[in-house]
Amino acid sequence: MTYSGGRMLLSSQREGQVSRFNVWVAILVPLAALLFQIYVPLFFRFLNFLEMPLLVVVYLGLMRRNPISGLLVGAAVGLAQDAWSKNPLGMFGITKTLVGYFAASIGMKLDVDNVLIRFILAFFFYVFHQAFYWVMEHALLSQQSPFDLPGWLGLGLLNALVGVALFHFLDKLRVTA
Amino acid sequence: MESFLNRYRNITVLLLVIFAQLVLLAVDAKNDQHVRFIRVWTVTVVSPVARLMEGVRGSSISFIHNYITLHDADAQNRRLQADLDRLKLENIFLTNELNTADRAKALQLFQQRTQSKTLAASVFSMGIGSSRKVVYVDRGSTSGVMREMAVVIPDGIIGKVTAVYPTASEVLLITDPMFAAGVVSGKTHAHGTLKGTGTSLCKVDFVAFEDKVEPGDWFYTSGDDRIFPRGMPVGVVKSVKPGQPYREITLDPSGMARGSPDDVLIVVEGVHQEIPDTPPANQQVYLAPPPPPLAEPAGTSTDTAAAPADGSVPPAAPAHSAPGTEADKARAMYQKAAESEDIVLGGGAAGTDIKRPPDFTKLPVDPRTVAQGRGSAVPPAPAAPAQPVAPAPAVAPLQKKSTGSPIPAKGTASKDLKMPPDAVRRANQAGGPGGMPQP
Repeated sequence: MTYSGGRMLLSSQREGQVSRFNVWVAILVPLAALLFQIYVPLFFRFLNFLEMPLLVVVYLGLMRRNPISGLLVGAAVGLAQDAWSKNPLGMFGITKTLVGYFAASIGMKLDVDNVLIRFILAFFFYVFHQAFYWVMEHALLSQQSPFDLPGWLGLGLLNALVGVALFHFLDKLRVTA
Repeated sequence: MESFLNRYRNITVLLLVIFAQLVLLAVDAKNDQHVRFIRVWTVTVVSPVARLMEGVRGSSISFIHNYITLHDADAQNRRLQADLDRLKLENIFLTNELNTADRAKALQLFQQRTQSKTLAASVFSMGIGSSRKVVYVDRGSTSGVMREMAVVIPDGIIGKVTAVYPTASEVLLITDPMFAAGVVSGKTHAHGTLKGTGTSLCKVDFVAFEDKVEPGDWFYTSGDDRIFPRGMPVGVVKSVKPGQPYREITLDPSGMARGSPDDVLIVVEGVHQEIPDTPPANQQVYLAPPPPPLAEPAGTSTDTAAAPADGSVPPAAPAHSAPGTEADKARAMYQKAAESEDIVLGGGAAGTDIKRPPDFTKLPVDPRTVAQGRGSAVPPAPAAPAQPVAPAPAVAPLQKKSTGSPIPAKGTASKDLKMPPDAVRRANQAGGPGGMPQP
């Protein structure tokens, strides 16, 4: 895999090679992200802002460049997250399904190895995830949660920063050709 | 149709998945039953891992807390060490206080028990210089202390006063080489002279080769030196070597067994005591109070005048003064004969003019027949003081009263004493406070 220099858009399908992961990585990394989400804030409450499952779904969608794979990963992680929440099953599932699908679709068009692209995508998908979840809460569950856009933007930046570092770490787990 | 599905496969799958989740969401929200199989699976899969993580976390934190972050343990160790040091100091202080209280109690008991008049004093200073073994006590001439007074503790003698100041006195310890005192063996009553050696041990000189002294025997003050009352424990014999003409005896002074004492008793007025046959017990024993005197039977003669004039020591009842004896009968007979002639026996002092003596020829019975069978042709003088048959009184005052005391007055001949160590007396008289010269 070669970097595309200063270009962010891929000129052809061949430039964007599909990253492959071992099966245990595809299982353990989402599981670890889920554990982090339910376990670490128990002792470090200030880490509650992190949305590790979302970042993992974004990364796998971007790297796999396969929309179906991306949406399935998003659906699985979302449903598992729903299982640990008080909300009905499907709230996080539908949201992360869309995130996985869009991430995989965008990954086919952009150079997802670029740090800036990764930062922007992580920030964008975090805000999209929060906004869509808020819409679903209002539309499907009729819950009156506040529309905290500044908070989402601020937490989006923090999650994007953590996401860039996380993506760099997860790059080590890719299977090199 | 097939090409359409291939072309829109991704979006089709997306819609199917979202639709399925919407159905799931609708069912879940409608039934309000959160325990779905998806939750069961998820919790079942995640819980063991979470438990494992919790175990790892707890162990890691415990490891870090116990082995890596040792600064807390180090601070705690220092704090505990400081507490331990403080408690040690408190323990030493309290132990000293307790020992002082015990010594004071022992001194008080000894002071009450002994018949010598003593004065309690505390040692407040040691003499300067390693050659002399002297201490200073906080009692001086204002308290009635004089030179050559004995200094003792319940365990034994300590030394003697060699210099007196108004508020303090210098005490020469028995371990000083210049110290000397007359001693006597408790078992064989062998007399000798105790001398200090400059060490923790003393020696006993002038014990004749013929006298039997063995290690373990106790020595007591003999009273010959006119300083220490007789009968005070001095120490136990540690070793005995034969020598000519005297034995070489090493003594472990009992009074210095615990080192130089802090509190002592100065014998202001000594009273001689018996030399005990058994070593002094370290443990206190209970002494019952003395029995009350027996009721004087009727007809007892006035022989109580035979008791010492001072009356300080009640003598044992002599056998001849008991009613019903031959002597009593003889005396009663003489007295009756005298009374019949209006003559009072013993009414005049020796040499005084008496009109006429009683006529003893008119006695109803020949008094010689009364005394028959006793080997005595002459009956005892009626008013003569009786010589005690029993052992000497248990105590006898020293210097206060010379009559009846086994210690002769100062300057008198010592022939009445049984083997007086002249060297001790010479040392105490000629040597002055310093003691005696080496022979």
